[in-house]
Amino acid sequence: MDKMPRWADILLVPLISLILAAAISALVILAIGENPWNALKIMVTGALGSTYAWGYTLYYATNFIFTGLAVALANHARLFNIGAEGQAAIGGLGVALVALYLPWPHWTLALLGATAAAALFGAAWAAIPAFLQAKRGSHIVITTIMFNFIAAALLNYLLVGPLKPSGTMETATAPFPPSTHLPSFQDMFSTADTPLFRGTPANVTFFVAVLLCVLVWLLIWKTRLGYEIRAFGFSEGAARYAGIGATKIIMVTMLISGGLAGLMAINNTMGEAERLILNAVEGAGFIGIAVALMGRSHPLGVFLAAILFGFLYQGGAELSLWTSIPREMVVVIQALVIMFTGALDNMVRMPLERLFARRTRSTPLAPPGPTLHPPGRMAPPSTPAAE
Amino acid sequence: MAVASQAQHQSPETIPAIELRGISKAFGPVQANKDISIRVMPGTIHGIIGENGAGKSTLMSILYGFYHADAGEIFINGQRATITDSQAAIRAGIGMVFQHFKLVENFTVLENIILGAEDSGLLRPSLARARRELRQLADEYELDVNPDAVIEEIGVGFQQRVEILKALYRKADILILDEPTGVLTPPEADHLFRILHNLREQGKTIILITHKLREIMEITDTVSVMRRGEMTATVATRDTSPPQLAELMVGRKVLLRVDKKPAKPGRHVLEVENLRVVDAKGVERLKGVSFSLRQGEILGLAGVAGNGQSELLEVLGGTMRATGAVRMNGQPLDLSGRQDARARREVGIGHVPEDRQQAGLILDFAAWENIALGYHHRDTYSKGLLMDQAAMRADTVAKMGRFDVRPPNPLLAAKNFSGGNQQKIVVAREIEARPDLLLIGQPTRGVDIGAIEFIHKQIVALRDQGKAILLVSVELDEILSLSDRIAVMFDGRIMGERVASQSNANELGLLMAGVTGEAA
Repeated sequence: MDKMPRWADILLVPLISLILAAAISALVILAIGENPWNALKIMVTGALGSTYAWGYTLYYATNFIFTGLAVALANHARLFNIGAEGQAAIGGLGVALVALYLPWPHWTLALLGATAAAALFGAAWAAIPAFLQAKRGSHIVITTIMFNFIAAALLNYLLVGPLKPSGTMETATAPFPPSTHLPSFQDMFSTADTPLFRGTPANVTFFVAVLLCVLVWLLIWKTRLGYEIRAFGFSEGAARYAGIGATKIIMVTMLISGGLAGLMAINNTMGEAERLILNAVEGAGFIGIAVALMGRSHPLGVFLAAILFGFLYQGGAELSLWTSIPREMVVVIQALVIMFTGALDNMVRMPLERLFARRTRSTPLAPPGPTLHPPGRMAPPSTPAAE
Repeated sequence: MAVASQAQHQSPETIPAIELRGISKAFGPVQANKDISIRVMPGTIHGIIGENGAGKSTLMSILYGFYHADAGEIFINGQRATITDSQAAIRAGIGMVFQHFKLVENFTVLENIILGAEDSGLLRPSLARARRELRQLADEYELDVNPDAVIEEIGVGFQQRVEILKALYRKADILILDEPTGVLTPPEADHLFRILHNLREQGKTIILITHKLREIMEITDTVSVMRRGEMTATVATRDTSPPQLAELMVGRKVLLRVDKKPAKPGRHVLEVENLRVVDAKGVERLKGVSFSLRQGEILGLAGVAGNGQSELLEVLGGTMRATGAVRMNGQPLDLSGRQDARARREVGIGHVPEDRQQAGLILDFAAWENIALGYHHRDTYSKGLLMDQAAMRADTVAKMGRFDVRPPNPLLAAKNFSGGNQQKIVVAREIEARPDLLLIGQPTRGVDIGAIEFIHKQIVALRDQGKAILLVSVELDEILSLSDRIAVMFDGRIMGERVASQSNANELGLLMAGVTGEAA
């Protein structure tokens, strides 16, 4: 990390990756006979051009902040939580039960209750894979994926059976009572003369998400637990030496991670749909992986990446609405962004590092010191056990 | 700077195998190599000695094409050479054996040897050719390894031989070895030296980078000394002596033996009875170890690596389960695994682990984060719900000052310190916690002479404060000079105990080889 200035690491690399992704997207759009410049204009206006557009972009971004934070936190303990999708779905179940079956006098109390329920349910859904990883060594990637399917099946059963009000055909719960409805941006920011964010789903949950970014940042970098999580993520051997228990860290990290994913439900289920519908998460759990990757597991990075993906989501929807570019093309563009910012990160990073290394030769920076590993040597190889 | 006699070992050819002229290399403000010139004659073993950070590795990295010199020229067999990368170095006949091996752990020896040097897309002909050549090399140089053994299942000494074979298979005439004995047991090191002798007999040129004076004296023909990026001297080995070399390396007189007063042992701190450990594979690693340790004394555990010393340290440090009984200040310790390393620290056991990179430090953490490792839950580092990072940084600066850690920058990541300074960070943390018992494993492995002297002084100072110290080291010299009592481990048992002042390397060597009884 000493090879480049921090700003280049955090801003320049993703920016160049994005430009590359945009360039290739433009070529694809050209290839299907559309005008990429026109497409870009539609996306920008559609996602950022009005408070209406922002109302959707920020709504999607809110979802991605929750799942992005969930994946990012687990990453610090070197746990790859692919199960944010399922955890968010089960979080929705928690919100629905609390909103439907408990009486709430005011939305603020309902929000608190739903927050607790969503976090608890999401955490519970992460608890079993975490336990299997900690105690049995079952790989968390495999188990969390499987739990996504189990969550989907469980909700399927509940929403066609026990939770479906009789007399309707729709696979959804009954609407939540009005006292649990969260204020939308329209309610919060419009005045009598100037309606803002009209009809958009963005709601007060966005601020909950922003608050969580701060809290997760504090947790990771300022608290003892965060120290232990990062220590465990960097070196299990050193963590054991320091008396940091693997079981405890795996369990606690995954419970918090699952809770963060579950919290997404207060945005989409309580804030937007105001009832629990089938497939409410719509892949936001997986987008969270890309968001965490692109945000380099830093809450601020997650926030920015979530806004970007919110833009792509909303801009993409507009694109298929106003042009003959099919909705699938939007998925292609998103995939390109994920590919360049996540998977091909090193393609941009390494030439940049070399460029900076050449430039800093004359300017005094932190001295690399002559005992640094030469560039050809990668991560410090494990010392072979003396036998 | 004094470039002294080159007269020694005048082989018929007077063209040096390698000649470096005026090599300079800077990293930012740090001048790693300053106008270095050196001539390595063919068919000789040329030692390069210097403290960690003196610029040895940088110089060799330039020769091997990892770095590019800012100024200077390289000549190989009299020809000016431009070495742009390691491929070019290999083509020029240079082979390098790194301190940390670069082998594919789950490949066989043969597969590792041909890796990157396959003749064609099909592996079979390459493997067959390699097998033939391997047999030849094995006969010629005592480099015998089983070609079909899987790397992760063979010992470190054998892995190193595979690295040497890799270089020879690529037709290297010039072999660079970077700290080759750092991971070897004494017998393995002796075998390596025999191999190097054979290679020299066959006309190969060898550059040996080390900071161990004993190795230089034992095996090299010529030795070059580096200090702070400069080549301070090149002398014929037979014309020099360890104290002189040490002085050239450090720039001042160095105490090679530890200066210490007789111990004044107090009451018992640690009592170990019949300790047994069975590892995951069902192999018994400790077979009933008993000993005791008192205040104000250093007990040295000697032995060839892998005879149970590591397990003993881990059990006492709280990272491994065992059966038997251990009492610390009279209180029994729970060995069942319910008490972790943190619980051990609470009862006053400090631990400098054998492997600072895998256990003692988190390499990606900054120095100030590492200074709290294991003690991070203590109130001194807390401020309400959060960690008191200002206190941690201030504490780090203070400890770095007292232990002379260089550079004294608490924000630098642990991986960016040299080995000796990394070790000083660990030692500072553990000693300054003022434990009643300090476990210290391989305190000076991969540490330079100046730092060795310093660390040894700190250990003795802790003893003189009335603390108990359990020292584990594979360096017999270190055990002999530091310990008050010496216990020798072999095959999971303690073979015998000696008073350090009345023992010697020969006697201990026999015990280390498992020879007991009245003869020893």
